[in-house]
Amino acid sequence: MKIEIVTPDKKIFDGEIKSVRVPGKKGSFQVLKDHAPIISTLENGTVRIVDQENNEINYEISGGIIEVKANKIILLADSVR
Amino acid sequence: MANLKAIRIRITSFKSTRQITSAMKMVSAAKLRKAQDKIVRLRPYANKLHELLVDLSQSLSDSEVENIYGRVSPPEKVLIIVVTSNRGLCGAFNTNVINETRRVITEKYADQFRMGNLTLLTIGKKGFDYFRKQKVTMLPDQNNLFNDLTFENVNLVAEQIMKSFTSLEFDRVELIYNQFKNAAVQNLTNEVFLPVETVPSGKSKTVPTDYIYEPGKEEIIKELIPKSLKIQFYKAVLDSFVAEHGARMTAMHKATDNATVLIRELTLQYNKARQAAITNQILEVVSGAEALRG
Repeated sequence: MKIEIVTPDKKIFDGEIKSVRVPGKKGSFQVLKDHAPIISTLENGTVRIVDQENNEINYEISGGIIEVKANKIILLADSVR
Repeated sequence: MANLKAIRIRITSFKSTRQITSAMKMVSAAKLRKAQDKIVRLRPYANKLHELLVDLSQSLSDSEVENIYGRVSPPEKVLIIVVTSNRGLCGAFNTNVINETRRVITEKYADQFRMGNLTLLTIGKKGFDYFRKQKVTMLPDQNNLFNDLTFENVNLVAEQIMKSFTSLEFDRVELIYNQFKNAAVQNLTNEVFLPVETVPSGKSKTVPTDYIYEPGKEEIIKELIPKSLKIQFYKAVLDSFVAEHGARMTAMHKATDNATVLIRELTLQYNKARQAAITNQILEVVSGAEALRG
């Protein structure tokens, strides 16, 4: 599945991944392939991506919003450290 | 005929001015490109956010979401945000904004102005310097914003403004700035920042996706509205910043062209004067020799 992580200042990540764990407002959750469509607001925390080669990539975000739809994920982060 | 030395001095001075203006043009061109990149990078975020808002508002049956930023009341206390530049030499860029602001103050909000209920917030030194001398209430200026133009910094200002709107300090907030069209053209824009118009409830063309909402539709919309407001504000400031460099580049380009034309005319004049002087000298020599022989 495909994920795009964008902040107002730049595009952080764009590519194919296996899974992503995000800090949802109601608790952290993981998105795998064929996840049901969801829109959730995010809190401060770590976004953990596992890419096609099983490498883990971590981003510290401060709030944001995620939309998952038909194996396409859009993550709008306020800022990324 | 003007004397040779005076013309020569003028040519030299024009030449050095031209060098300065053409250097400034190069600098502006470089800065313009950098600033434009920022706008380009903002665009995906802004578009996605808008998409989400539209998606959400479509799936909401009735927009019963309480929107504290949508409070519409008669505009008794008005805040006008004036975005200019910190530096000059950019043609009519700042003058346009200042004139428009003055027009808005004296025509649209004349009553509020008389009652002392009109406040200005200037972003950019040029606007600040102008309105400081007028009898207008002003918030502390935000001229430093341009020194380090990031979303986070602009965000702080936007939050402050939004807070003063929700705490009933102002009933209406308007933005006046130059929108970037291309390097030569800026569109003077006057838009209402607050209150926000209710979320666009466009007719759904596609079947709305059945989303899971976490924590809930209302909460998400409540979070999205301030986000999109901040983006709108950031975009305005960024637009003005890009437009400023565009305007300066064009102004400096014209100045360089003008200098070139003037130099060409002066050089022609100089050569004419030089030839006239030579002719005169020859005449003198010849007539002197003639007199001796006679």
